[in-house]
Amino acid sequence: MVNQEPQLTRQGWADALIELGSKNPDVLVLDADLSKSTLTCQFKEKHPNQFYNLGIAEQNMVNVAAGLSLTGHIPFATTYGVFLSGRAWEQIRTTICLNNLNVKLGGAHGGLSVGPDGASHQALEELAIMRTLPNMTILAPADYHETYKAVMEAAQINGPVYIRFGREKVPTITEPGSPFQVGKANILREGTDLTIIACGTMVAESLTAAKALAETGVQAEVINLHTIKPIDKKTILESATKTKAIVTAEEHQIHGGMGSAVLEVLAQEAPVPVELVGVIDSFGESGKPAELAEKYGCTSANIIQKAQKVLTRK
Amino acid sequence: MQYPIPFDENDIQSKTAQIREGIVVSTNAAGSGHPGGSLSSAEIFSVLYNAVLRHDTANPTWEGRDRFVLSKAHITPGFYSVLAQVGYFNANELKSFRKFGHFLQGHPKKDIPHGIEVGGGSLGQNLSVAVGIALGLKRKPGQTPRVFDLSSEGELQEGSMWEAIMSAAHYNLNNLCCIIDYNRLQIDGKTEDVMEVAPLDKKFESFNWNVIEIKDGHDIKELYEAFKKFNLLSNGHAVPNNDNLDPTKPTAIIANTIKGKGISFMENQAGWHGKAPNDEQLEQALNEIRNNG
Repeated sequence: MVNQEPQLTRQGWADALIELGSKNPDVLVLDADLSKSTLTCQFKEKHPNQFYNLGIAEQNMVNVAAGLSLTGHIPFATTYGVFLSGRAWEQIRTTICLNNLNVKLGGAHGGLSVGPDGASHQALEELAIMRTLPNMTILAPADYHETYKAVMEAAQINGPVYIRFGREKVPTITEPGSPFQVGKANILREGTDLTIIACGTMVAESLTAAKALAETGVQAEVINLHTIKPIDKKTILESATKTKAIVTAEEHQIHGGMGSAVLEVLAQEAPVPVELVGVIDSFGESGKPAELAEKYGCTSANIIQKAQKVLTRK
Repeated sequence: MQYPIPFDENDIQSKTAQIREGIVVSTNAAGSGHPGGSLSSAEIFSVLYNAVLRHDTANPTWEGRDRFVLSKAHITPGFYSVLAQVGYFNANELKSFRKFGHFLQGHPKKDIPHGIEVGGGSLGQNLSVAVGIALGLKRKPGQTPRVFDLSSEGELQEGSMWEAIMSAAHYNLNNLCCIIDYNRLQIDGKTEDVMEVAPLDKKFESFNWNVIEIKDGHDIKELYEAFKKFNLLSNGHAVPNNDNLDPTKPTAIIANTIKGKGISFMENQAGWHGKAPNDEQLEQALNEIRNNG
């Protein structure tokens, strides 16, 4: 399936926003002086009257978006995920989620993908800190097409949505017509021996890992859990019941992220052996994203290793 | 109807007394709450809701309404009392303030049918929301509603306030009015001792806001005159004899007030920031309000 040119997920974000903005003048985009990185500069060019730069002031940006939503607009506020989810967390909690406002948050440069900028800029905690918030929907799309669809779907939801995407080009593993329904995980590959549940960039790594495992006679099911919240319990439980072994994979701290969300489901309803792939209680550093992925354990090799381990625990 | 609504001092004064009664009655019934800062804002609430704000209690979702955002959101006793006084709900509801299952939460919960545009409680957040509302309203065709945000000098210690203040001027939000209830006390004592915020006029002016200072924030005539100026500014008009006021800028009304105003034993006492009167204190408070009103 990994057969299309790698593309920028943030381009999917920008293309979808432009499309939404053309269809609906109430769709607004807010940025915090990073529009060239988040690519909302492209939206600004097409829809200058629907774009607001709030400067380097994330807390204010998020609550200005809240205010805009109260006048019937659909604001998408964006900056690097580490600043958006971290600096403005309490605004997101107490204003956006507590009031259940129709604000969309675009967390750019998620995971290790921001590379050379180093640890301060590498967002490895957003899924955890967003996931604790009632009313929040969290999307972590896997490629360009999914990011595009995530934005389009978010606009249909009347409430807060956090969309996580990265900086680097990633393999294109879905097609424009592939299904993408919020809250409905996609089974990308069927298998019987174990299930790999992944989100974001780790979906492509999971497919690579599954292919390699198949060559050793291990049939791995691969689930793309693009919606972290609300989590698709049904698909997870059905697969866990079938394969009886799970590996989760995310470009995020393993504490509190997507893997933890899966564990919450499994521990309560289908306790099977689980191994977690992700960053293990560590900050990143400067380097090429691929170098960092290798050092911090976010590659297909890490998934294969954990798959072999989980099979011994069945 | 003509706005601001023609001014009747006696009428506003008796309504302010009702608001003060609501403040002490609701906090007494709850056994907790924030009377001090509610009492310092009583005249501000009264003038705003009875003579300035374009709103309709019978049609709370009217799109053309002016929006009020409570930024110093702990002063729910004052806020709920004025909402009851103008008729968003019955004043008897005030006795259920902070009670389990009741809509009058300790800090406001968004409830537009009852006149609450947005929730609040965490200081430093809601001026940004007011900026967003003001910006959003300016995008709509027709007469632009105004947004009134009630804040305090203590809240201005939050850095996010200055982000909001900067952005309001940047986007020329002349339909935004931020009222500062400047009572000079916060939980831990005098503002100047805890963390000085003065000079507020110069700070707002340097952030490109209009500043209207009110010497006595309990003088309803002075408050009314200040809001009249904002009314002109928000309609894009200059204010006669006030060349420093620019109708393209947002406006700060800095009202010098007395925390606990109107109840002798609460006045200027930081200890009454977040403490409810007991039954005996309630009786004395009601006597004072009725005798002064």
